[in-house]
Amino acid sequence: MKGIIFDIKHYAIHDGPGIRTTVFLKGCPLGCWWCHNPESWAKEIITYQKQEKIGDKFVEIEESVGEYYSVDRVMKEIEKDRVFYEESGGGVTFSGGEPFHQFDFLMELLRTCKEKDIHTCVDTTAYVDKDKIQKAAAYTDLFLYDLKHIDDEQHKRYTGVSNKLILENLILLDHLKKEIQIRYPLIPGMNDDETDILKMMAFLQKLRKLHPVSILPYHKIGKHKYSQFGIEYKMNDIEEPSKEQIEKVKKLFETAGFETTVGG
Amino acid sequence: MNQRIKKLREESQNAVPRISAERALLITEFYKSNLAEQVSVPVKRALAFNHILEYKKICINDGELIVGERGPASKTVPTYPEINLHSIEDLEILNSRPKVWFKVDEETKKAYKEVVIPFWTGKSNREKIFSNLDQNWLDAYQAGVFTEFQEQRAPGHTVLGKKMFQKGFLELKEEIAEEIAKLDFFNDSTAYDRREQLNAMDIAADAIILFANRNAEALKELATAETDEDRKIELIEMASICRKVPAQAPETFHEALQHYWFIHVGVITEVNPWDSFNPGRLDQHLFPFYEQGLADGTLTEESAKELLSLFWIKFNNHPAPPKIGVTAKESSTYTDFALINLGGVKEDGSDAVNDLTYVILDVIQEMRLLQPSFMIQVSKKNPDRFIKRTAKILKTGFGQPSVFNTDAIIQELLNQGKSLVDARNGGASGCVETGAFGTESYILTGYFNLTKIFEIMLHNGFDPMTGKKIGIQTGKPSEFESFNELVDAFKKQLNYFADIKIKGNNIIDKIFAENIPVPFLSLLIDDCIQNGKDYNAGGARYNTSYIQGVGLGSLTDIMTSIKYNVFDEKKLSMNELLAAIAENFEGHDKLRNDLLNNTPKYGNDDDYADSQAVTIFEIFYDAVNGRPNTKGGHFRINMLPTTSHVYFGGVTGATADGRLAKQPLSEGISPFQGADRKGPSAVIKSASKIDHLRTGGTLLNQKFTPSLLETEKGLDAMVQLIRAYFRLDGHHIQFNVVTAETLKKAQKHPENYKDLIVRVAGYSDYFNDLGDELQDEIIRRTENDGF
Repeated sequence: MKGIIFDIKHYAIHDGPGIRTTVFLKGCPLGCWWCHNPESWAKEIITYQKQEKIGDKFVEIEESVGEYYSVDRVMKEIEKDRVFYEESGGGVTFSGGEPFHQFDFLMELLRTCKEKDIHTCVDTTAYVDKDKIQKAAAYTDLFLYDLKHIDDEQHKRYTGVSNKLILENLILLDHLKKEIQIRYPLIPGMNDDETDILKMMAFLQKLRKLHPVSILPYHKIGKHKYSQFGIEYKMNDIEEPSKEQIEKVKKLFETAGFETTVGG
Repeated sequence: MNQRIKKLREESQNAVPRISAERALLITEFYKSNLAEQVSVPVKRALAFNHILEYKKICINDGELIVGERGPASKTVPTYPEINLHSIEDLEILNSRPKVWFKVDEETKKAYKEVVIPFWTGKSNREKIFSNLDQNWLDAYQAGVFTEFQEQRAPGHTVLGKKMFQKGFLELKEEIAEEIAKLDFFNDSTAYDRREQLNAMDIAADAIILFANRNAEALKELATAETDEDRKIELIEMASICRKVPAQAPETFHEALQHYWFIHVGVITEVNPWDSFNPGRLDQHLFPFYEQGLADGTLTEESAKELLSLFWIKFNNHPAPPKIGVTAKESSTYTDFALINLGGVKEDGSDAVNDLTYVILDVIQEMRLLQPSFMIQVSKKNPDRFIKRTAKILKTGFGQPSVFNTDAIIQELLNQGKSLVDARNGGASGCVETGAFGTESYILTGYFNLTKIFEIMLHNGFDPMTGKKIGIQTGKPSEFESFNELVDAFKKQLNYFADIKIKGNNIIDKIFAENIPVPFLSLLIDDCIQNGKDYNAGGARYNTSYIQGVGLGSLTDIMTSIKYNVFDEKKLSMNELLAAIAENFEGHDKLRNDLLNNTPKYGNDDDYADSQAVTIFEIFYDAVNGRPNTKGGHFRINMLPTTSHVYFGGVTGATADGRLAKQPLSEGISPFQGADRKGPSAVIKSASKIDHLRTGGTLLNQKFTPSLLETEKGLDAMVQLIRAYFRLDGHHIQFNVVTAETLKKAQKHPENYKDLIVRVAGYSDYFNDLGDELQDEIIRRTENDGF
């Protein structure tokens, strides 16, 4: 079985516990305005021309985003870092894109990892059929669970999809007693309204337990990619949140009893 | 940092490095005397040592608690004309070169012109060395195939064991008397040599006591004149300490530091050893004094810190002796490589980290000085807390400490035949070199340019930079039918140069043993007294000669590129590749891009490339390891460059990895600058594929962006990364925690970055003191900010 992967990052220290290897699967059903990997949205491999600087000259070369990988080949890359997982309590994280977008491939990878006793995380938007996420849950030690907006209308506006399924899936995983880390991207002017945050917390407080929360402050790192890949960038007027603002939101979660970190 | 430390630290930082002719004049005066003519060589050396210490100026800096300077003032550096005679031109170069300069005044030049040069011309050890070496050695040396450590500096590179923190020189004199009494002139043909050697050691012991007493005398005079009552009391106490140590064993923390410092000054006055000298396992040696001082109330953590800070400043006052020519290129720094070891295991194998270890770490972080260098030894038995504490120092971005694997060092030493206890008492010195502290003479003999040798092989024995034939003819590469044939040709070529280097070393070692014995150093290292033999002649319990391989990362990429592009994928022919290289890739941009960006590279945990590193390592190892040296020991390899990778790159043309002519090579066992694209864990995996345990040290440089250490999690991950590397038997890792952006700013506005210290290769240095090429090289190393 083959899937399309657009990056494998070694020594990832913000994608779950310990030192991890993060495998980025291509394709995503959402189109979040702030996404810093817009090239990952399309499921297909994208090629483009790039000027590579060689000494003081430029050479035109063809680059591509995404590459076919067999499960074996991915596993070989993952296995290379076993010593780091063992020393740090780390493992592998499947991210995207939206990893569930290549469901069969993801399932095969998760199953194989668990066979080989490798800790697994899935970093997901959770915009996926219930039975799929339930199947994957059996092989997933920790979900890094994106919660972008509690208000459905706003969620639709900024991500292109409804949050209904996402919230239902969260209740499902919680019911299955899965380890979950909530990941809340903090985007000034879009989802940082205090009443929205309080609503989100109220929802989370109704779950079986208080899952830890990680605040991911918006940064402009992916901006240049939008023009590079011909996608409209809608965030020109949005600034990165200040330290004070981040602290304030963190306090909000902490006061409500959530174990809270910033930056994954 | 209190006022005293602040003042002395600032004075040390601001002191101008100068050359002093004091030692040169004193040794010339002695060598001219009738006495010098009448005695054996070892006794002559000891008497010369005594003469210098008897007449040199005593320097005591205002506010000091630990005294003793090698020159007449701080950072005023003596010369060693009996080893390396500087010409007036050399002195002028030292005075005017833009980096690592030493001011030379007219008086010094006059002394050289009128006294030093006329007497030593034709007599210096350097001249003896060059006149005794074969033409093929000289050809290889001039082409930059290897360097020679002992060309301008004496064999040194040794580290003190615990003995000298427990004994005074009077006790050593008794041991000498016993050995002399045991000599059997009727049956032992070496009895005379041994007696002369032992007599020389006895004279050297008296000389250091004399020097301490002269300091005591000067302190007493200062005390008499002192109006400040507190300082007067201090001066009187210091005088009494100097009358006690190093004659007798130290009994307090303060005495132990002063005791060591006199020894240090003794070693670096007797000769200009490479490296200087080193107290070794400082937290182990000092801990009993620390504990007792706290218990009996004579010491507090605060007063211990003050003494340690002042001890640190003494090291910083002593730059490496002036280097010129190739020696200056291969080690272009003021640092004199006193590498203090912390942590590790005790001789019973248990965890050696103690309270004092953490106190010393505090001092290091606060002092932030270039010298001494320091490292931590990490055993599986040491706590994570210890590593994390040092990670917090690394995070401040001053390139220190380097981190070593104690368990690997012990196995390396056992593999070389040392006893378990001697191995556990060992560590690493200089940059990364493994040694049994207090019992071993382990000499670095020179850097070995693996990449250049490969280049000579590609040109069938000719050096393309000069057109001169300096190697052997191993065939035209275009006629090789397989990659294996190419590897075989390289192996033959390397063996040829290894033979030349080893023959040269054996000649040079003998010249040193016969002309420059070191009776003072011999007192310190076991078992020179018991053997009645000099340190330079094989008197130590263990004797190792190292040859340091340079360019492993570059050569791995070169060989990988040829295998991939010419033999396996057949993207171009050998002749096409050689032609592009000869043209320095002019007009071959597309090819160069493929070589740089579309060819497997070492440092990415890719076996296709990394297996070539293993091949190179094994060829080098087989050529050198286990061959006998002149001292009853063996040749071994290690993999480190200091700054020679810049020099070696400068003599090497363009290479098949896409590197342009004359650009620096990779350093240590690190990947070529920027070739590692998969982050620190992949680098560690690649670097662990060679067998570190069969070396005497490897050097891995790891760039780390500061953002990776911002959080507790980031610090923990660094600790875990180190643990993982050491579980894979990695020997050493060092970190540069600074962004390329900062370095670029520093290059543009050096005046704003005077304090910026970066990791070079096995040592740290002020960024401003590095040559432009080395600055660029470090920037390239640090770029690639995804990691």
